[in-house]
Amino acid sequence: MKVLVTVTEVATPDDEFEIDGVSIDERYLTYDLNEWDDYAIEEAVQLSEADDDIEVVTVTVGPERVEETIRQGLAKGADRAVRVWDDALGEETLVDPATKARLLAGVVREEDPDLVLSGVQSGDISFGATGVALAAELDYAWAAVVNELDLDREDDLAKVHRELEGGVEEVTEVELPAVLTIQTGINEPRYASLRGIRQAQSKPLDVMTPADVGVDAVDSTLSLSDLVEPETEGEATLFEGSVEDATGELADLLEEKGVGA
Amino acid sequence: MSDVLAVAEHRRGELRDVSHELLTAGRQLADETGGDLHAAVISGDVDGFAEKLDREGVDAIHTVENGEEFNHDVYVQAVEALVTDLDPQYVLAPNSVNALDYAPALAQRLDYPLVTDAVRFDVDDGLTVTRELYGGKTEGTVEVDDDRAVVTIRPTEWPAAEGVGSASIESFDADIDESAVRSTVTGFQEAGAGDIDITEADVLVSVGRGIEEEDNLDIIHDLADALDATVSASRPVVDNDWLPQDRQVGQSGKVVTPDVYIAIGISGAVQHVAGMKGAGTIIAVNNDPSAPIFDIADYGIVADLFEVVPELTEQFGG
Repeated sequence: MKVLVTVTEVATPDDEFEIDGVSIDERYLTYDLNEWDDYAIEEAVQLSEADDDIEVVTVTVGPERVEETIRQGLAKGADRAVRVWDDALGEETLVDPATKARLLAGVVREEDPDLVLSGVQSGDISFGATGVALAAELDYAWAAVVNELDLDREDDLAKVHRELEGGVEEVTEVELPAVLTIQTGINEPRYASLRGIRQAQSKPLDVMTPADVGVDAVDSTLSLSDLVEPETEGEATLFEGSVEDATGELADLLEEKGVGA
Repeated sequence: MSDVLAVAEHRRGELRDVSHELLTAGRQLADETGGDLHAAVISGDVDGFAEKLDREGVDAIHTVENGEEFNHDVYVQAVEALVTDLDPQYVLAPNSVNALDYAPALAQRLDYPLVTDAVRFDVDDGLTVTRELYGGKTEGTVEVDDDRAVVTIRPTEWPAAEGVGSASIESFDADIDESAVRSTVTGFQEAGAGDIDITEADVLVSVGRGIEEEDNLDIIHDLADALDATVSASRPVVDNDWLPQDRQVGQSGKVVTPDVYIAIGISGAVQHVAGMKGAGTIIAVNNDPSAPIFDIADYGIVADLFEVVPELTEQFGG
């Protein structure tokens, strides 16, 4: 059995940053493994630890820079990785979910997994759409926002809980092969061990072009025409000065409100 | 093809609030395209829902009978059939967990672009959608290079449609292919309830990712004790199992309305704000001055929580 995990690298801006055109100035960005994908990797690795015959493959759309992030997944226990990229993708201001789904679907068709795990969303662009778009592109079954997974290999079913709003979970059975989008909190992602990090260096990481996975042209229908820091809507009164002074003012306010009385 | 189709959402017999907001957003779009606003409601008590959806500005309501609850395979097929029949320019859905379970597949099947989580939109030389990027730290304008689109809207950004409408209500036979339904909803489960009900608290000391480690929670509990307050949390703290799920404030947790809400190390993502914006007085402690929590806070301190919290506890004799 094979489990494929889609892995994205996300950019997090510093507390203070500058916007350059329609992107955040590189100097203020830190790149890391997408939080939701960390949980998806952990879920896949746990499945492979429970059943010896399960192979875990990660697939990433991203430039060479992202290989460091891909190695994190390998260090946490994925067996091998695929990276798809073309410089034309880097020229898009926004790659739409459909384009990502087509690229990922090319790899999935090649790999033919039984299960694809994808993070619910990326922490930076946050469309929350790639996983389900991928399922539709592949004609796989799917479930979005999964916070509990029980794989029933005998009946080829994924028994999942979907986390709805307001503390309610939907209990659903999905036929395999399927794409599941994984919500944070489903498990406790591990830290890579030193041994894992060493081993990750020698695990296979294949690089492919869109053409290699059957996508002739990448052309996003979405583009970003403007990026701004939103005007502060609130009118918060900030207590300033030393920590003692600011905290003292806050304490006075709380006492006025009858707190701690 | 200038019409707009808004797909309502319901769960366990209730139309969700965002469905009426969807009608306002849909009317706005239809005014800009010069088309009609169609609403659709699928599964459950569709006639009852249709009556509630008949508000000012809605031209037609289409009901699709099929089972009781949301099933994404049914929704994709039903909306695809409606789109084929009505030929709308834009399809609108809420940016909800269930819409994110069908809208991307629908867009893929229709070959329409999809933009999620819209907070504003505008039709001029085509559709532009404003949405947040980078965790609410920036707002981007997304241009859609296509005549058509599927758009999901963020809840509470548009006011609910009001009044009584005069929409035509028609039953639509979507001819659902049951063999293509490959997922089965077998039930619902409520998150476990503990002894403490954070929705009853007058004062909440709420802790977020900024606390960094489980051991650091001690300073939060100490502060709550000194203030005679209850401890609640944002999602990352609960994801890490540092506090039980019944302490979670936000979209997937509880909606709270205490007199005083003290947000400590919470950035204020929209999912969190949805659960606490009704609090009487909101106080934020965060070392990031650009954190969105300061947009909604009444008072704040931009400083290291590890300095502020023990100091505050001390001031209250803790």
